[in-house]
Amino acid sequence: MEKFTKVTGVAAPLMRQNVDTDLIIRIERLVGTDRSDLGPHCFEQLRLKADGTADPACVLNHAAYRDAPILLAAENFGCGSSREGAVWALMGAGVKAVIAPSYGDIFFNNCFQNGLLPVALPIAEVERLAEETRASPGNARVTVDLEEHVVVSPTGRRIAFEIEGRRRDALLQGLDDIALTLKHAETIAGWQNADRAQRPWVWL
Amino acid sequence: MPGKTLFDKIWDSHVVADLGGGVVLLHIDRHLLHDLSGSGALKEVEAKGYVPAQPQLAFATPDHAISTRAGRTDDTFPAGGPLLRGLRQRTSKYGIRLFDMGQDGNGIVHVVGPELGITLPGTTLICGDSHTCTHGGLGALAFGVGSSELVHALATQTLVQRKPKRLRVSFEGKLPKGVTPKDMILHVIGEIGAAAGTGHAVEYAGSAIRALPVEGRLTICNLSIEMGARTGMVAPDDTTFQYLAGRDFAPKGALWDRAVEHWRTLGSDADARFDREHTVDMARVVPQITWGTSPEHVVAVDGLIPDPARAPDENRRKAWEAALAYQGLEPGKPIAGTRVDWVFIGSCTNSRISDLRAAAEVARGRQRAAHVNAWVVPGSERVKREAEAEGLDKVFTAAGFEWREPGCSMCVASNGETVPRGQRSVSTSNRNFVGRQGPGARTHLASPAMAAAAAIRGAIADVRTL
Ligand code: SF4
Repeated sequence: MEKFTKVTGVAAPLMRQNVDTDLIIRIERLVGTDRSDLGPHCFEQLRLKADGTADPACVLNHAAYRDAPILLAAENFGCGSSREGAVWALMGAGVKAVIAPSYGDIFFNNCFQNGLLPVALPIAEVERLAEETRASPGNARVTVDLEEHVVVSPTGRRIAFEIEGRRRDALLQGLDDIALTLKHAETIAGWQNADRAQRPWVWL
Repeated sequence: MPGKTLFDKIWDSHVVADLGGGVVLLHIDRHLLHDLSGSGALKEVEAKGYVPAQPQLAFATPDHAISTRAGRTDDTFPAGGPLLRGLRQRTSKYGIRLFDMGQDGNGIVHVVGPELGITLPGTTLICGDSHTCTHGGLGALAFGVGSSELVHALATQTLVQRKPKRLRVSFEGKLPKGVTPKDMILHVIGEIGAAAGTGHAVEYAGSAIRALPVEGRLTICNLSIEMGARTGMVAPDDTTFQYLAGRDFAPKGALWDRAVEHWRTLGSDADARFDREHTVDMARVVPQITWGTSPEHVVAVDGLIPDPARAPDENRRKAWEAALAYQGLEPGKPIAGTRVDWVFIGSCTNSRISDLRAAAEVARGRQRAAHVNAWVVPGSERVKREAEAEGLDKVFTAAGFEWREPGCSMCVASNGETVPRGQRSVSTSNRNFVGRQGPGARTHLASPAMAAAAAIRGAIADVRTL
């Protein structure tokens, strides 16, 4: 997993509710496209018109936001399917952190498996960040600092965010979950032996 | 101490180790693999130098990227061929049971799990698919995971999880005429929103749930993720046990009796506490249809397309406007009568035998409107065979519907089966997201009976008026 400590850059204000993972990456891109090649297809349904040309009305196509490492969004970002390709596509497109009021549960989990940081802030704060960003498109810089768990707005406001300690540590160190879990191999085997006696019908 | 909920009982009994900070190592009893997420996950397990820890607890079935055309082969959908072969090769290498295309037991992963008795009350079950919540209809703790968690579970038979909060949704009263389980759950999502269940495990309860057959409960649990909840469940009862008795992987004989005895203890205690409660008066539920691009964009079929000017807040006003523009709809007009080009009856929401019977009831002796393409895609090989034995396929084809092979098909359009750009579809699936049924496709979610009615009328129609 990629480590995450801190990112500073432009934040793209995609202030939309219920951005689902189908919108982030189309399913057919996940059939046969290598996971490392998903970036160019990220948000294609928003960015491209029916004829395949860039839609100038889409905020993600503005020169100022095209390479933004931070994404601002409204409630329930990443809802819908479990496809981890949504996280890979965002990361492939250069996104390192998302700031939104709430997230789809599975997407939220998937972020931490890959080193993308989903920051939860109240909608009023996200909207204020979007306003400050729009006031100076391309120049306004937002910082997301995981060590300090704080977001620094373009005007220098420091907004603390909450994150579970275990998740924070894993991101900071880029830890491998499976290796950590297998340290409990004996406990797992013990649980299974007891369960075989208690619920034999589960063990096919 | 207050009593425990159904969810707590299953969760607590599966904690292998407490990792601190509310995080536990949870044992996984059942693992379902499909062609899209399964072969990749096995490959990844291999690449990391691990092997599946308990292959006998895993089951595989191709569904997402296979064609559903009659006479299909592995490569009818060319991009799916390599996934299918990868799944075959790796499941055989590790001794994981595979239900291959055309075999009994094949079908949409969330249809075959319950059908084969792989899904059992009180078990933890995962799959690399968000609609894994479906299996909660049998009283399992079932939830979807992404690829990394899939790999973790294959390699360790556990997952690192934090306990969600508990939400109970109670449906009280009798199902009014024309109202189905699909309408019940769409109605709730319309009331409380697509994010209402985020961070929660949902238990569906109440007299209307107790009266529902298992297949209806599966439909309701299927849409839990559409209200944001990773998992949804119904307490197992006699209806559950009758459904499971004799199924392929369900226990038999003395073991069955022991299992049922255990399963009877799983229901929420009378004094169990939920973090949130929501109650639905069934008398107020009517057939539902979605109008927009989120399952929460839903109205009564005899209602009006909503006006963004009346949205409760600015963000929702913008969302409604964008949805109406995408869907090509005008606010304030009745939704019934909206012309439809496609009808899709299928998906893990509504492709079981009871769904096909309900749709066939409407189609019987009628004719689809000439401009409509109507597909019926059974959820599994077994459903298909059962429907054919009852003659349902003949009812559909006589009405001008196309009878197809089992698979996910047009629910997600990952097998090349899409609704063309700009065309409008009434679908019995669970997602009306932008582009879900194909780029530019416009989707309206409804029950099987309503979908069949739309095919007959050539427009969105109130099944009660047919
Ligand atoms: S039918 Fe649709 S929702 Fe169900 S598993 Fe297949 S693609 Fe997913």
